[in-house]
Amino acid sequence: MEASARRDLGADPLRLYGVELTSRLLAGTAQYPSPAILARAIEAAGVEIVTVSLRREAGGSRAGQHFWALIRELGVHVLPNTAGCRTVKEAITTAEMAREVFDTPWIKLEVIGEEDTLHPDVFSLVEVAATLSREGFRVFPYTTEDLVAAEKLLGSGCEVLMPWGSPIGSGRGLNNPYALRSLRAHFPDVPLILDAGIGAPSHAAAAMELGFDAVLSNTAIAKAGDPVKMARAFALAVEAGRLGYLADLIEPRDMAAPSTPVAGQPFGGLARA
Amino acid sequence: MQIQVNGELREVFSATLDALLCELEYNDAAVATALNQTFVRRRDRSATKLKEGDAVEVLVPRQGG
Repeated sequence: MEASARRDLGADPLRLYGVELTSRLLAGTAQYPSPAILARAIEAAGVEIVTVSLRREAGGSRAGQHFWALIRELGVHVLPNTAGCRTVKEAITTAEMAREVFDTPWIKLEVIGEEDTLHPDVFSLVEVAATLSREGFRVFPYTTEDLVAAEKLLGSGCEVLMPWGSPIGSGRGLNNPYALRSLRAHFPDVPLILDAGIGAPSHAAAAMELGFDAVLSNTAIAKAGDPVKMARAFALAVEAGRLGYLADLIEPRDMAAPSTPVAGQPFGGLARA
Repeated sequence: MQIQVNGELREVFSATLDALLCELEYNDAAVATALNQTFVRRRDRSATKLKEGDAVEVLVPRQGG
């Protein structure tokens, strides 16, 4: 970030469950070409929160332990997910297991209800969020842009919402900007993290210009031709979008409005040849 | 005794979850465990007895989005 922009953003921390953060870009850790490139991308973008998961592994392979050591060396906050969970029971058990291994009450709660779109099951999501919140978890629910679901998630104890932009891994960007803007307007004080479907830095900037508080990206960075460069591009886009939102964007209009002063226009009053 | 470990049938001799992790060579690795889809805390593993047909999950940190 340029020095001037850094000054402008200096008093604009992101607070999630009482934790103050400078970066508004969260990153997934999957699908990178190598652990080394993942580490360089995280560092290049100044990311402070990364998402991780729990999976099966054959005893003795140790790949998971090496990954966990790498993440700890980065010194970032860890946000475990419940990716792939389809039922209330699976999600609760996975969250409990993640809390012990990663030693954090944070959980990115995913309960998937439909296979082709990985559409969140918002009914189960609300139920699990209420249970986990009662058990002391700090829940980051992966949800849709549905206002009623958002209201119920907040009522169940969530203090952060993570609505999707479009289906996970699709790279389609913001499928429903109207609904996302509406979500922002309805919940002006709730941290909103745009999660899923982001394909390009411009998508991230657009979400931030809508007033979202942060963006989470995985595939768009990890699968880029140069993930380290793309991570940096995303960091800049998120900062630019945030600054644009704070600076108060102009209202779009249908007709042209000259930007150069009309007064003093040369040749005014003369017949055009 | 035959049980399922991470979805695969295995013949094991361990009587407790704690012992099973050693038998499977997880040793001091950072893992989380569940028995029959219910979370078992680290401190409860030694008191958690296994029986024929149980389903054990042993999960480790992995990349995630």
